[in-house]
Amino acid sequence: MARSRDLRPGYSRRAQYGIFTGYVIAVVGIVVGLVAFGVSLYNPGAFGFARGAASDVAAPVGKASAVTRKSGRSLIAAIGAYFETGHQNLELTREIAGARASAVSARAMADENRRLKALLQIVDPAQPPVASAWLIGSTAASARRYAIIDAGSARGVHAGQPVRGAGGLIGRVVESSPGTARVLLLSDPDNVVPVRRAADGLPGFVQGLANGRIEIRLLTMGNNPLHPGDVFVTSGSGGIYPPGVPVAVVATPRRDGAEGRLAADPGSTDYVLVLPVYKADAVAAMAASVKAAGPPPKEDN
Amino acid sequence: MASASRPASTRLASGSDATPRRPINRAPLPWLAAALPWVSVMAMSLFTFSPVIASAPVIPPLAFMTLLAWRMLRSGFFPIWVGLPLGAWDDLYSGQPFGSGIMLWSTAMLAMDVIDERFLWRGFRQDWLAAAVLLSAYLLLGSIFAGIAVRYPLPLTIGPQWLMTLALFPVINQLVAMLDRLRLLPLRRL
Repeated sequence: MARSRDLRPGYSRRAQYGIFTGYVIAVVGIVVGLVAFGVSLYNPGAFGFARGAASDVAAPVGKASAVTRKSGRSLIAAIGAYFETGHQNLELTREIAGARASAVSARAMADENRRLKALLQIVDPAQPPVASAWLIGSTAASARRYAIIDAGSARGVHAGQPVRGAGGLIGRVVESSPGTARVLLLSDPDNVVPVRRAADGLPGFVQGLANGRIEIRLLTMGNNPLHPGDVFVTSGSGGIYPPGVPVAVVATPRRDGAEGRLAADPGSTDYVLVLPVYKADAVAAMAASVKAAGPPPKEDN
Repeated sequence: MASASRPASTRLASGSDATPRRPINRAPLPWLAAALPWVSVMAMSLFTFSPVIASAPVIPPLAFMTLLAWRMLRSGFFPIWVGLPLGAWDDLYSGQPFGSGIMLWSTAMLAMDVIDERFLWRGFRQDWLAAAVLLSAYLLLGSIFAGIAVRYPLPLTIGPQWLMTLALFPVINQLVAMLDRLRLLPLRRL
C-alpha cells in the first residue's frame, strides 16, 4: 500500500488549518470519551436515554432476527438430530416413563394443594406478569452481559423488574425506554441473585462469571454439600425475584460453592415474561434504610 | 487519495490507473461513494441485534474491525476525528460503559496515523499485523473498562473472542474490499 495522504498541502492556509482542526477534534474525541466514561462510571444510567432511543430505533431489526434465531436453531437441531437419534430415542423413552410417573404424582399434589388452599381460604396473590416480550438482542461483543427486549415503559416495564423465560430466570430490567428495555442477564458479574436448593432449601446466592457460566456460593460454611445436577431456585429474599423460579443447575462443585449452568439459556429463549417486583414496598423500604444509614465505613484492605 | 477522482475500475487492473473498462460517460454515484463506508461501520455496530444471544463475549468487535479495514484500504476516506461520532454510535449498542468506544476508536485513528507515518509501504501481512496489535489492545482495554464499571476486575474471558477476531480480520477486509467495489460502481450517467 502506498503512502496516501500528504499532511503538508502546500501554502494553502485553509487546507493546513483543515488538517490541524481534524487532529484537534480527534484529541477532543479522546477527552470527550474519557469524560463520558467517567460520568458513566459514577452514574451508569447517565446515558440510558440515548441507549434507549438507539435500541428503540433498532428494535424492528432485532425482532426480525429473533424470528430468524428461532428457526435457525430448529434447523441446526434438526440436522444434529440425525447423528444421535438412536441413543436419544432410548434416553427419551426412559425419560418419558419417569416423567409419566412424576406427572401423576404432581397432579395429585396440585389437587391436594388446591383443596388445602381452599380450606385455608388463602387467595393466591396471582401476580400477573407485566408484559411478555421478545428477546431481541444482546451485547455479544462486550464483557458485560445485557440483553434487550422489545417491551418498554409504554407497557409498564421499569427498572428492577425480574425477567424470566420458560426455563427459568433470565435477569432483571436495568433501563427502560418507551419501546425497549435493557436486561441485566444472570451471567453478568454485577447480578447477584439469592437462591435456595430446590430439594432442601439450602440457602446461597448466584453470581455471573461473565463467561456464560455462573458461580453458586453457599451461605453456610463447612463441607460442600453440592452435587452435579442440584437445581437452585430463587428464594425470594431481597424482595425483587419471586420465589421458586429456577435459576441454575450445579455443573462442577468446588471447594466453596460450585460452578453452574443457567437454567434458562438466553440463547435458546425467544419469549420472556417481565414480572412485577415481588415485594416492591419491601425493596423500597430497604433502599430507604440503606440511604438513611449513609455510606458504609471505608474498608481498609 | 480522493475517492471522487479515482478511476472507478470494477476489476483490478495491472497498473493502478490502467484503462478502466467502462463507458466514459459513467461515474460512481456520489452519495453512495460518500455514505457506504459510514453506513457499513454503523450497520456492524447493530450486530448486537443479531440472532445470537450470547452468554459470553464471543462475537468479534465487527464495527471496529470494519473501521480499521476501511482505514487501511482507503486511508484518506475517514477523517481523523471519526472515532467521536462512530465510537459514540457503537457505545449505544455495545453494552460497554458509554465513552469507552469514543476513547478507544479516537485513539486507534491516531495510532493508525502513526503507523502510516512509520511504515510507509505495507503489504497485507503488515496491515494484518498492525490490525492485530490494535485489535488486541482494543479488546483488552475494552474488557478492563467494563471491569472498572462493575467495580472489580472481571476474569479475562476474551481468549476465544481474541482468536476469532484475529482470524476474521482478512474476511472483514475482503468484505470491505467488496463494498468498496460496490461503492465505486459506475452507475451515474454523466
